[in-house]
Amino acid sequence: MSHEKRTLEFYALAVFFALFVLFLYGPLSAILILSFQGETGGLTFPLNGVSLHWFANLFERQAVGDFGGSFKRSLVLGLMVMIVTVVVSLLAGLAFRQKFRGATALFYLSVASLVVPSIIISLGIGVVFQQVGLRPAWYTSAFGAHLTWTLPFGVLIMFAVFNRFSPAYEEAARDLGASSWQTFAHVVLPMIAPSLIGVGLFGFTLSYDEFARTLMTSGTFNTLPLEIYGMTTNVTTPVLYALGTVTTVFSFLVILATLGAILYVGRRRTRA
Amino acid sequence: MSKAAEIDIVSVSKVYGTTTAVEDISLKIPAGTYCCLLGPSGCGKTSTLRMIAGHESISSGDVRLGNTVVTDLPPAKRGTAMMFQSYALFPHLDLIDNVAFSLKMKGVDKEQRRAKALDMLKLMQMEAYATRRPAQLSGGQQQRVALARALITDPEALLLDEPLSALDPFLKVRMRVELKKLQTSLGITFVHVTHSQEEAMALADLIVVMNDGRIEQAAPPRDVFERPATAFVARFMGDHNVISGRVTGARDGMVVFDVIGGGSLAARGHGREPGAPIDIAIRTDHVRIGDAPALGLGFTGIVSNIEYRGATVKLSVTGAGIDDFTVIINDSDFFARPVAIGDAVPLAWDSQDAIVLGHLHS
Repeated sequence: MSHEKRTLEFYALAVFFALFVLFLYGPLSAILILSFQGETGGLTFPLNGVSLHWFANLFERQAVGDFGGSFKRSLVLGLMVMIVTVVVSLLAGLAFRQKFRGATALFYLSVASLVVPSIIISLGIGVVFQQVGLRPAWYTSAFGAHLTWTLPFGVLIMFAVFNRFSPAYEEAARDLGASSWQTFAHVVLPMIAPSLIGVGLFGFTLSYDEFARTLMTSGTFNTLPLEIYGMTTNVTTPVLYALGTVTTVFSFLVILATLGAILYVGRRRTRA
Repeated sequence: MSKAAEIDIVSVSKVYGTTTAVEDISLKIPAGTYCCLLGPSGCGKTSTLRMIAGHESISSGDVRLGNTVVTDLPPAKRGTAMMFQSYALFPHLDLIDNVAFSLKMKGVDKEQRRAKALDMLKLMQMEAYATRRPAQLSGGQQQRVALARALITDPEALLLDEPLSALDPFLKVRMRVELKKLQTSLGITFVHVTHSQEEAMALADLIVVMNDGRIEQAAPPRDVFERPATAFVARFMGDHNVISGRVTGARDGMVVFDVIGGGSLAARGHGREPGAPIDIAIRTDHVRIGDAPALGLGFTGIVSNIEYRGATVKLSVTGAGIDDFTVIINDSDFFARPVAIGDAVPLAWDSQDAIVLGHLHS
């Protein structure tokens, strides 16, 4: 078996990919390694022994920063955003399958927030809340700010899903005596369930690590990304790295759990 | 499952915005008939089927099934069942649940509906695959499941939208044998949409040839083939040469006409006014090489192509005003007196083989 000689383009792209991986995982590994810094170690290399001291320290009361509280807020906010994104995207996807007056205008209006700089939206929401006399909070103004980001994405995904969804399935269900609700519950919903899981995961992660849109809208209490940012300027111990490691591991766990759920659904679907 | 219903379509039209998909068609399909709606894509055959099924609203006119006017009834209340082109089996359900779907919607309890579904799968010889998903089946197997799912509703008429188009040629021929067998044993009315004249001829008791939203001819296959009503039918069914001309007069019970840019031909038919346009059809296999038995029953043309087909040989002949005239002669006749491309050959046919074609009234 003879190998074809690889072209120059192959090597150029390989180098590009290697750099990409390096930029993504290099810093991540540095943080990961430094979070195991010894008790007397500092914020930079070299490692001064290896310990879990900073992980333990993370769960103690901090002089600055409230890791536990901000994590809880980010988690709850992420779940709220996830649920609303899934429900509204699904309904919008269903609505846009029918042609209605102003459909195109409405579509562009709702996806426009994808091109507006996020910090501007954040600033605007903050200003308006102040003007109306409402106190910004992570569960009101920041919640709304996150939805301006996740909903257009969710709607776009549902458009793609329903674009490929043949109406023949629904006609077949109707032909077999299903009511509109039965058609939706027994045919449409199960068939698009994997995509809905995807939309939910997307909504959650977008909200969980959103920074710019939360910056001016979170009010008194910080979400996790804001807290981490605040800590980078105030905290001078490797507890910061421990925090980075824990939150990253948490994100990976969420993704793994979702993949597991999709695999499980798929397995059940194809089981002989 | 022995009840079959007559389907009566009374001046039905379907209008989408400004385009008319089906224009004022009337058709009676007797109970227990295997009916094929045949035509090119866009001729309105699928719209007609979907209006019978209730998946398309009827712009004007009525559809009656048995003694019930079903025009405004939802699909499941009509006593029809539809089999979709791509079968539309639910990918997330196994075969039993697919077949039992209509019973589940009706609220039949689990044990009972699964037992009935299994019986239906047995009828289609698919019980061995009962717990599989549709994606794990071949095209022919999917079709059987789709049939089982439609027939479990105990319909009086089964509506099939291009049921064989998704199958490879070999399977197509096998599944059409199964369809015919099934229709014969169930005795219910089948309405089958197809664009394949071969499929229609093989299956149908009644062929309905459609074009441009209208019915060109509705008749048993032999009638459609041997006595095509219009030039469209003759061309669409194939194996016919269509020659157009203008009537010049009558002679011995024959209409005489001039081919535009060519000679004079004759065909058996009623007297028409001179100058009226006329089309005739001549079966390609009823033309022979030789001299005409009477004036106007043949012409001389140049052979432009020869195709050997085994049992037959296909000659393409160009004559004055006649562009592409096809002659099918059997191989022994051809090789007894072979001709070559470029030869001038006399072609002839008998008077009963030239059929005068009609026009649709518009």
